[in-house]
Amino acid sequence: MGEPIRFTLNGELAQTTVAPATRLTVLLRDGFGLTGTKVGCDAGDCGACTVLLDGAPVCACLVAAAQVAGARVVTIEGLAGETRKGADLQAAFLAHGAAQCGICTPGMLVAAAALLETLPRPAAGEIAEALGGVLCRCTGYRKIIAGVEAACDGTVAKTPMPAAGRAVGSRIERLDGEAKINGRESFGADAIPADALYVRAIRAPHHRAGFVLGEIGPWLKSHPGIVRVLTALDVPGRNLFGVIPAFADQPVFATAETRFKGEAIAAVVGEREAVAHLDLAGFPVAWNELPEHLSIDDALSPDAPLLHPSRPGNVLIEGRVSRGDVEKAMAAAPCRVEGTFETGFVEHAYVEPEAGWARRIGNRLEMTVSTQSPYLDRNDTAAILGIAPEDVRIVPSACGGGFGSKLDLSVQPFVALAAWATEKPCAMVYTRPESIAATTKRHPARMRSAIAAGRDGRLLAMDFSGEFNTGAYASWGPTVANRVPVHAAGPYVVPNYRAISRAVLTHCVPAGAFRGFGVPQTVIAQEQLLDMLADRLGIDPLEFRIANALGNDTPTVTGQVLGDGVGIRQCFEALRPHWTEANRAATAHNAANPMRRCGAGVAGMLYGCGNTSLPNPSTIRLGLKADGRLALHQGAVDIGQGSNTVIAQIAADAVGLPLGLVDLVSADTDLTPDCGKTSASRQTFVSGKAAERAGRALRHAMLRLANAGPDAAIEIAAGSILVRDQHLLRAVALASLATDRFGYVLCAEESFDPPTTPLDADGQGSPYAVYGFGAHLAEVEVDMRLGTVKVLSVTAAHDVGRAINPVLVEGQIEGGVAQGIGMALMEEFIPGGGENLHDYLIPTIGDVPPVRSILIECASSVGPFGAKGVGEQALIPTAPAILNAIARASGARMTRTPATPDRVLAAIKARGGSA
Amino acid sequence: MYARPRTLQEAVAALSQGHALLLAGGTDVYPAHVGQPLPEAIVDLSGVTEMRGIVIERDWIRIGGATTWSEVIAARLPPAFDCLKEAAREVGSLQIQNRGTVAGNLCNASPAADGVPPLLTLDAEVELAGPSGFRRLPLSSFITGYRRTALQPGEILASILVPRPVETQRSAFVKLGARRYLVISIVMVAASVGRDGKGQLTDVRVAVGSASAVAQRLPGLERDLEDLAPGIRPSTQVKPKHISSLTPIDDVRATAAYRKGAALELIGRALDRAAGA
Repeated sequence: MGEPIRFTLNGELAQTTVAPATRLTVLLRDGFGLTGTKVGCDAGDCGACTVLLDGAPVCACLVAAAQVAGARVVTIEGLAGETRKGADLQAAFLAHGAAQCGICTPGMLVAAAALLETLPRPAAGEIAEALGGVLCRCTGYRKIIAGVEAACDGTVAKTPMPAAGRAVGSRIERLDGEAKINGRESFGADAIPADALYVRAIRAPHHRAGFVLGEIGPWLKSHPGIVRVLTALDVPGRNLFGVIPAFADQPVFATAETRFKGEAIAAVVGEREAVAHLDLAGFPVAWNELPEHLSIDDALSPDAPLLHPSRPGNVLIEGRVSRGDVEKAMAAAPCRVEGTFETGFVEHAYVEPEAGWARRIGNRLEMTVSTQSPYLDRNDTAAILGIAPEDVRIVPSACGGGFGSKLDLSVQPFVALAAWATEKPCAMVYTRPESIAATTKRHPARMRSAIAAGRDGRLLAMDFSGEFNTGAYASWGPTVANRVPVHAAGPYVVPNYRAISRAVLTHCVPAGAFRGFGVPQTVIAQEQLLDMLADRLGIDPLEFRIANALGNDTPTVTGQVLGDGVGIRQCFEALRPHWTEANRAATAHNAANPMRRCGAGVAGMLYGCGNTSLPNPSTIRLGLKADGRLALHQGAVDIGQGSNTVIAQIAADAVGLPLGLVDLVSADTDLTPDCGKTSASRQTFVSGKAAERAGRALRHAMLRLANAGPDAAIEIAAGSILVRDQHLLRAVALASLATDRFGYVLCAEESFDPPTTPLDADGQGSPYAVYGFGAHLAEVEVDMRLGTVKVLSVTAAHDVGRAINPVLVEGQIEGGVAQGIGMALMEEFIPGGGENLHDYLIPTIGDVPPVRSILIECASSVGPFGAKGVGEQALIPTAPAILNAIARASGARMTRTPATPDRVLAAIKARGGSA
Repeated sequence: MYARPRTLQEAVAALSQGHALLLAGGTDVYPAHVGQPLPEAIVDLSGVTEMRGIVIERDWIRIGGATTWSEVIAARLPPAFDCLKEAAREVGSLQIQNRGTVAGNLCNASPAADGVPPLLTLDAEVELAGPSGFRRLPLSSFITGYRRTALQPGEILASILVPRPVETQRSAFVKLGARRYLVISIVMVAASVGRDGKGQLTDVRVAVGSASAVAQRLPGLERDLEDLAPGIRPSTQVKPKHISSLTPIDDVRATAAYRKGAALELIGRALDRAAGA
């Protein structure tokens, strides 16, 4: 070890004797405990580790420890004290909803603080330039820009807490936001014990391969610091997992044959340094590459080998919905369009790679992990360890973005097995390449569809079939296959309908859940065909959609009549003035600019909240503590979307006490009842409804104590519950009440499971109790000679039933739009390549235009205060609206996404006479 | 061994002790080692002060090899360097520009290195320091292939030398990528033109990157545009024959055929901008 490295860290002198080439991220996080500097890629591609080095923003992952000698380093933890506007930026980010999951927030704040040191009033373009190096996957960047602009104006006041009964509908900042803006939020990799062993997986280098493990013993002996190698033989329970128990088919460690590139066959456990310096090339395994089939066609060919013997034809599952007489209606229809559309694998690209750690406590296992689904993790981990589910405790860390992929197991079985075997805390943090190679993706789809209408513009029939590449294992493939045929018609009345879906197994990384479970793919077909059909009929595309929109009393394709809360017509109608103006602006622009043509496009969406025809209850516990505060046991994991805040708002108003009295007890399988998984846009709706019920039950209990009527007002003051109805004020001293086993003087625990019915053989029934609706208008400019597409603006109207917190709803919409832009224009994962964030591109701050959110509130009688979900809904219509806009601007109809410049230009050249 | 020398001489001496990895801004070295350790032997050039900064000499402008892209952007330089500054602004992100160095960009020798086309139009040379002293090479002979250079073991790219351009030479850089920031180019073009007394084009220089293993100048096009009359937009003169030397490939970013067409279009746009047309 050479000279110590001395430098100034957040204004204080610091020194270290760490190895000089150590990344500055490692030095800050492990050496100084400053875990606010996040690691997203270790390659300068994401900017999450941005710190100031002598005042200049740099990626700490690219700086050698030796290079900070004599320099000043400022991290998120020192930003408020060491920069002029750091504290104002932090307050403004919180007030404007600029932090969702919070993983990019430190990097964003540091980059923004550097900008405001030199430019007190930056223009929009200068803000974008300064923040262009930090990726955010949640917010769509617009609220970040708003936060920076607000900080320029001075200190932003904290949003005041709403009065009793006023929480629902108020634009309050997120209740768990403070830790997200000061760097103290603890994500999966942030609180790993110093003495933890680290785990690294040995993964298949081929799409499909046989393998033989060599002698582990000698290899282990020659690698000091490595304490254990785990293989399939070391799994005490079942070497199998899967999010849908009936379909579980994925081994923790493959045996004999691997089915996708990146599949684990073993794991190495050892001391941190030893694991970090491991050269895995020498690991004793002999690979035998086998012929693979990566495409749907190859997998379906009659001579294709089966991935799983129990799955004939490599078909995992089929879904089907049928209504009316499609053949007859198609044959008789005067106007018909059809087309084939294809989409690619899409990577979730959350900025936080999978991470967590576990320890064995006696015969129980405790795991802290970044997850969307603590109870699914618990049950599968227990089965792998061969112990009872109650003997596994999952404590979710903060989740730095999930979007569906953190519903599945990633690090969980590895750290669990390692901790169980070694009886030491064991941690695992995926690298970015590992995260991209080994975790689930959005299903690539190939969809053929035909739609027919009458001359009057009424939809008559639709015939859809879609194949979805589900990769090597089931994951959420069955859910996609079931959702697709229910949703493929979109939010329209289609009297004669047939939709068939198939999930096809290939030697690709498993495709699973990704914001929308297959529905974002189907709208790419449906909404483009609707535009083609409207053109054929000579009807304005927006009016065509309005004329065919579902209503409260018209049946969906499954024959369900919702009765209330169907706001799709209102969404489309809200777009009307913007649509008219966008078309006028595009026409004017195009007259003067033949080579950069503008166009506007619209698309609509419906999306069922919660599981498809399956139970998915949530349970909420709400306790009144002896000190008069409320404890909300809220097990709906907040992955950035805001359940910690929204569910508290609902609970507070249901009780009738101020939100400020609510203390959160967040997801922990030992402390919070099961709120199911954070997916399917179900938390606001399902867990929110459970919270509403728990709140009303607690209120009822308080009223009963005071013998008061249902309309009485409740207050907590001077150590008493004060209940005031028309005539009388009654006080119940809190001290006079006994505490229950949870330590509460009053407690309510309530569940809600959405009322659905099973689908029959034709897919008829009520698969969801509530649907969310929405419609987007995209304006684009197409460079006619390069095929590049710039999205100029998006107007998004969403029927959310009731906006419990409009700031958070807008945040979901803006973030969904950004992911829709990515899906439409740039995102595609090619199995086997591009396992990094410079080949796999997601939108930067320069790619997301202003988003105008229009909130429609057609209340659902089922949801809490009328609310429905919006998380997935927000993403679904963006891509087809953009694709329709491209067609209107350029004449190019995009049948393959993403619409990269080469594909758009080819389509422009191929458009022939149809433009 | 981790050496952080203060002088070029010390750096060459440290390098002579064995095979070591050269590190400066780290923007290529660390991404090449995700999930794996760096080699033991490293010579860190970031402390070599004589490799930092830009000096205008009598006949040459000398860019120290360890000069960052942000320093290039901030430097006062003749307009012929505008294309280099515009390219500097397109290197990764601000964070990358604050660390990444000009020499690192050249030594990494990626076909998509943003710095190479502008420096080719500037007729840059590189000065290599080695155990037996200095040697100079034109940039066009320094980069020899896909991620290959003429750098010999023991050598360091110490400076980039650009012959002082006339103040009337104008330049532009255009980069085409699939998103706004942090993007690897699909195609990029640097162009530089002068005007003679009659307003005709003179000293035309065009270089294209990401469309062949090594970025290249297009001498045929440059010749054909010489003496172009003032009223004519140079883009109207760019023909497919002018890019016959480009050999683009199909990859995740675009098809080869697309790259050829885009190169033609971007060459015209860069030339028109440089020519003020």
